[in-house]
Amino acid sequence: MQAGMVITAYVIAAVLFIMALGGLSQQESAKRGIWLGIIGMALALVATLLSPKVMALTTGLSYILIAMLIGSAIGVYMAKRVAMTEMPELVAILHSFVGLAAVFVGVNSYLDHSQELTPVMQNIHLVEVFLGVFIGAVTFTGSLVAFGKLRGIMSSKALNLPQRHKLNLLALLVSAVMLVQFVNQGGNDTYLVIMALIALVFGWHLVASIGGADMPVVVSMLNSYSGWAAAAAGFLLGNNLLIVTGALVGSSGAILSYIMCRAMNRSFISVIAGGFGNDPIASDDEEEGEVQPTTAEEVASMLTNARSVVITPGYGMAVAQAQYQVQDITQKLRAQGVEVRFGIHPVAGRLPGHMNVLLAEAKVPYDIVLEMDEVNDDFANTDVVLVIGANDTVNPAAKKPGSPIAGMPVLEVWDAKTVIVFKRGMASGYAGVQNPLFFMENTKMLFGDAKASCDQIASNL
Amino acid sequence: MLIGIPKEPMVGETRVAATPKTVEQLIKLGFDVCIESNAGHAANFDDASYEAAGASINADTKAVYQSDLVLKVNPLLDHPSQACHELDLLKDGGHLISFMAPAQNEEQLKQLAQRNITAMSMESVPRISRSQSMDALSSMANIGGYRAVIEAAHHFGRFFTGQITAAGKVPPAKVLIIGAGVAGLAALGAAGSLGAIVRAFDTRPEVKEQINSMGAEFLEVELEEESSSGDGYAKVMSKAFIEAEMALFAEQAKEVDIIITTAMIPGRAAPKLITAEMVSTMTPGSVIVDLAAGGGGNCDLTEPGKVITSANGVTVIGYTDMPARLPSQASQLYGTNLVNLLKLLCPEKNGQLVIDFEDPIMRGITISKDGEVTWPAPPIQVAAAPPKKEQDSAPMEPTKQEMSAAVKYALGAASAVLVGWIALNAPAAFLGHFTVFVLSCIIGYYVVWNVRHALHTPLMAITNAVSGIIVVGAVLQVGDELNLVTVLALISVLIASINIVGGFYVTKRMLKMFQK
Repeated sequence: MQAGMVITAYVIAAVLFIMALGGLSQQESAKRGIWLGIIGMALALVATLLSPKVMALTTGLSYILIAMLIGSAIGVYMAKRVAMTEMPELVAILHSFVGLAAVFVGVNSYLDHSQELTPVMQNIHLVEVFLGVFIGAVTFTGSLVAFGKLRGIMSSKALNLPQRHKLNLLALLVSAVMLVQFVNQGGNDTYLVIMALIALVFGWHLVASIGGADMPVVVSMLNSYSGWAAAAAGFLLGNNLLIVTGALVGSSGAILSYIMCRAMNRSFISVIAGGFGNDPIASDDEEEGEVQPTTAEEVASMLTNARSVVITPGYGMAVAQAQYQVQDITQKLRAQGVEVRFGIHPVAGRLPGHMNVLLAEAKVPYDIVLEMDEVNDDFANTDVVLVIGANDTVNPAAKKPGSPIAGMPVLEVWDAKTVIVFKRGMASGYAGVQNPLFFMENTKMLFGDAKASCDQIASNL
Repeated sequence: MLIGIPKEPMVGETRVAATPKTVEQLIKLGFDVCIESNAGHAANFDDASYEAAGASINADTKAVYQSDLVLKVNPLLDHPSQACHELDLLKDGGHLISFMAPAQNEEQLKQLAQRNITAMSMESVPRISRSQSMDALSSMANIGGYRAVIEAAHHFGRFFTGQITAAGKVPPAKVLIIGAGVAGLAALGAAGSLGAIVRAFDTRPEVKEQINSMGAEFLEVELEEESSSGDGYAKVMSKAFIEAEMALFAEQAKEVDIIITTAMIPGRAAPKLITAEMVSTMTPGSVIVDLAAGGGGNCDLTEPGKVITSANGVTVIGYTDMPARLPSQASQLYGTNLVNLLKLLCPEKNGQLVIDFEDPIMRGITISKDGEVTWPAPPIQVAAAPPKKEQDSAPMEPTKQEMSAAVKYALGAASAVLVGWIALNAPAAFLGHFTVFVLSCIIGYYVVWNVRHALHTPLMAITNAVSGIIVVGAVLQVGDELNLVTVLALISVLIASINIVGGFYVTKRMLKMFQK
């Protein structure tokens, strides 16, 4: 295949990738979109394998094919086995792979001196190598830590090193100095290695100091980084397909991070700089009161008599794996003519859109799963709201100035006639803020494991 | 503890203090229940269904009254068939829960106390949110409001709803409701669902929202006066206000077809709001339902317990037993109020009453205990809408700091300078890539904003898959010799392949699950 053909194939692949992402705007078109993505990827791979340079290889080609086969087999195995509740982990570990690949590609490109470059291009090339390796390394260790935290291998609490902001700043400064030295000396192995080590530690520390519920932001941030890493590799190799794809992925992750941050009313910097827990704010309004416990039978009869029900799930539902029981309740109620809808807060779960996937897994029809903004005005006309494993996302304290979560958009469940909160105990949420919702007069608490409670309710319907 | 449910001795009373459904709940609370034979007959509950619910049936009236706890509907009065006062039938040291009208029956309270009977009056349930489920006045008023509309419809010679038929156009009925308490709101809802045009008036401005929420128009008087007494009921108004109010009613009377009045002020005679003169200006065939008839009536012409027709053909309905005209529903709601009260009184569910005077509800309803009259209870202040607190005066502070225009321009200028510097210094090859990069970022920005929130997880998975495109770079670095470069490149190929295949596969898996 001629070089021109290869480039044309790359252009088509890039267009297909854009269309694949565009397809995700609707559930219906998404299924077609993924096929466009797969075709694009296949096209790019075939074109690469048929390109003059690869065709000239002998043993190398078979190595490539073997490596691809092994990788594909592992990929299928992982993707088949993963439970939907484990999606955040899978996404995180996949990010780390891109990061590692980017590091290797960068290093290789530095070691490979086959190309003759003008001095200016040489400098640019070195900067690209440096940045590619840096971003790749940060993505790699960052994603590994994220994976560990999501898996529960590492403590999901924020690591609180003293002076951690200064440590981060120092790492960046040292890396910048290294970059200048590295370029000035026309490439220097020592600087590259030291920088790579710093980047690895930096990535690890960056994610380790972010706590559990900020994970959606971290994962989308790493998603973004993995894109930038690919784009940097594209610059290195002068490959437009990599640049286009990397930029797409990079901006996608950045937008997701932005959406998540906005949903928590926090700036990106403050999330990256550490979780809520770092500045322990003694919740000044010790809003204690009496909670009204209830029973599954009572909830079941309330649901049967309701005309409109909204379910607002949170991470607790994912932990308890209660989505099937929730769907059971939904189905039974809908069969009885009760209007059931779901209200999803943007940061519910540990991954953007996590709740939607879990509900889809349990076969909840997606047209009754609504976003926060779509459902917030309807709470006043809702008879019963079931809050399953959510806390901060339904906290009325967010409406009060002075609260640590003030200004965060929340699901205004308290406007409904009755709110049922499923909870294990009276612990406060991730933000460490007491939730006045629990003490409201129209709130009833259903204590116990969400799955067991949902089971009981379903059997009483 | 044995609960006795006697047949209500009052003439014309159709309600009963327990239904088969509430009997079941009472038994769950640990009580035994004994029903006087035929007690639920008028409310369409037969003895067999009570027995099926677990109660015992007793034909001996005296024995039922001798139970540890007697649940009743009406205040105590002379029992016609037993030839004595109901009070004398009760067990010494027993318990009684019923409507008691304590304000009118002080003599009775003393006797109850003397005989060491613990009595609780259902009209004394304090109006706090926690006690809503026990508020029998509200549940009865709700029924009364509904029934008032039905009675009005029965006597009204026209449709409520407007229609355009082949036989001509029918205008909708206009209904005015005075007093938007529980009964007023229920009437408002019932009349509205029959299709009438509904207007409502109330002296308390804070109910405007409730009235509007039911789809009715709120009539206002051009006068400023605060009229919520703090305990959830209306209070007596000033003269100027009453004059303005009467002028409004006089004007409305000429226009509307049906007037339902519900104005009551606790402990006083009902205010006269619809004068004989106003009635005379109404169209013949109009209907007035006076729900305050029991307290003397809001209309001059009202005769309690009767339906009369005025000289100009206006029907004035003065029934005082509206709830009893819906006996099954009224008994069910009243019975449930009692069950909810007993849930509070019997927290252990062992059939034993625990009366704690620290609890405002228990304190409020208990009118005699341990040989003492404990009525009236000290007042508790509650209000549906707190009178103008500072609640809204402190607007939420904008926590998000909008980037100021100056900073935005500065950033814009800085990036322009940066781009200019790159353009001047970088070689053409780099600039080509740079162009592609910038344009791709912009395309990515627009494409990704269109992705639905629900599909964010599949989006991450698919971007994961496509970022495996780095495999292309790695493949191009592989050589024939197994040196460091080739090995690193091969590892990259391997892990990038995991990404591609795993990412696409799992995205497909997820998207398959999304179903309508």
